[in-house]
Amino acid sequence: MSGAAAGGLEDRFGHTRVRPRGRLAAWLFSVALYGSCFLFFAVIVGLFLELLWGSRLSLGKFGLRFLWSTQWNPVTQQFGALPFLYGTVVSSGIALLLAVWVGVLAGVYLAEFAPRQLSFMLSLLIELLAAVPSVVYGLWGLFVLAPIVSSWIGPALQAAFGFLPIFQGTIYGVNMLTASLILALMIVPTITAITRDLVAAIPPRVREASLALGASRWETTYKVVLPLVRSGIFGACMLALGRALGETIATTMVIGNRPAISASLFAPGYTVASVIANEFTEATTNLYLSALIELGLILFVVSILVNGAGRLLLQLLVRPQ
Amino acid sequence: MSPSSLGATPRRRHLTDIAWRAIAGLSAVAVAGTLLLILGYIVREGIGALSLSFITNTPRPIGIPDGGVGNGIIGTIIIIGIAALMAFPVGALVGIYLGVYGHGRTAASMRFLSDVLASVPSIAIGLFAYTLLVQPFHHFSAFSASFAFAVLMMPLVIRTTEGALRLLPAALRESAVALGASDYQVTARCLLVAARPGIITGLILALARVTGETAPLLFTAFGSQFWEFNPSNPMAELSLQIFTYAISPYREWHQQAWAGALLLILAVCALGILARVAFRQRATVET
Repeated sequence: MSGAAAGGLEDRFGHTRVRPRGRLAAWLFSVALYGSCFLFFAVIVGLFLELLWGSRLSLGKFGLRFLWSTQWNPVTQQFGALPFLYGTVVSSGIALLLAVWVGVLAGVYLAEFAPRQLSFMLSLLIELLAAVPSVVYGLWGLFVLAPIVSSWIGPALQAAFGFLPIFQGTIYGVNMLTASLILALMIVPTITAITRDLVAAIPPRVREASLALGASRWETTYKVVLPLVRSGIFGACMLALGRALGETIATTMVIGNRPAISASLFAPGYTVASVIANEFTEATTNLYLSALIELGLILFVVSILVNGAGRLLLQLLVRPQ
Repeated sequence: MSPSSLGATPRRRHLTDIAWRAIAGLSAVAVAGTLLLILGYIVREGIGALSLSFITNTPRPIGIPDGGVGNGIIGTIIIIGIAALMAFPVGALVGIYLGVYGHGRTAASMRFLSDVLASVPSIAIGLFAYTLLVQPFHHFSAFSASFAFAVLMMPLVIRTTEGALRLLPAALRESAVALGASDYQVTARCLLVAARPGIITGLILALARVTGETAPLLFTAFGSQFWEFNPSNPMAELSLQIFTYAISPYREWHQQAWAGALLLILAVCALGILARVAFRQRATVET
């Protein structure tokens, strides 16, 4: 940025050109340019500081205890985030576990095996899947998926794996499992699209070498191509996880919204984002409000960490090529 | 290759190959099929409740027919419109900085920050808009929702603008410089004109990104039962109405939620098609 002070903008090749003097338009343009950059910085810093400032009451009163207390009681003004953190981590984690297999296989198919036309069409549909608004996912999850879970998927899982604590108890329609399934559906397109692009970027000679050694198409994909993009897929998973952790409306509609930690996936849960969505406008005291904003702060920090890790992994992969 | 697979019989390897390729194909078809399933459901459930009065009327209490989401549609357009007016100039200018002048550590950190901002959950951005624009004024407003949307749109506009500018051939810039154009002229008269389709595509994609975004609206725009055109007041919004109707216990409202979802999907699809058309234009400009 020091180039501007010296009287010219540096272009991306490092050349500095002197700004023509007296040119109002040019001057206004560079003022707008740097003004916008400054504004952009201000928004990001402001976002963090506002959330930090907004949660000062809760931070001061509960400190780190906020993270592991299970008490969430507006009447007694006791606030602890553990049930929500648990719900968020478990629902997103299961969603990722479900989505990663399907997503990676679908991406591999699109890049390696599908005929061109078919690959194009399927890609278009999958991209559209990513564009469906989350409230629509929530609506579909609530009225279509939830009944299926409570009357088909749930009983089937209970019959087959009922000895596991995660599949015991009463089967509700709106529960952790439904939320995980909806989240999985929402993050699959991310994983598929990135996997497809990563696999397609591997040069053909790598495959040819493997095929020439007598490996089959699948062996080539599984043992040669996929290991090359492993860290990229890991990065894609991180990005998908970040999306699932912060997803609000769809989860709020299908998770059941009960602030309790239950081992069973068939029981209702609650997530950090949903509790903010549900209770924010009803928060009556400043401490209550502050606790909810602190939940937002947690969400902000966690999503930055997860996404930062994901982007770093993707970049590491891209660089050597 | 591991010795184990070399030890397997050719027939078994062949079958494994076919099986896994089939599984991969099924996965892709399943993912795409789910979309068709969801779309089909929305059309089936929504088309019945969709009518002219649904688009032109305001919501009515349960039991009174012909309630609509007209105010929500107008609200959506107003909120997103103001958001675009805020996000587009700033985002495009930052994108121009990164695409034309962006090098070195400052630009790299701005790119990183833009990615970071893109990944912040929308509800956290809603909280930001609340503490900044709702709390000090003691009432909800459409403007605060627009602000939240603008923050959501900005990273997308930045990265697509930057991408569109970076895609331009270096010769374009060099010839402009060789003709004696000043720095400002090169950027504004030459590069920006050539990159315009790409930049517009970015704007449309950003619009599509916030269409149907609900979470930040809960405590910014808040919703309204009436026609509202003043951005400093609480305002209805389509996706917010869908949410409210969906979690209500009334069947009549559920139907309206499906019809609203159908409208929302149509809007998102229209924006997607528009973005593709705008993107096509670039190809013709380049040739």
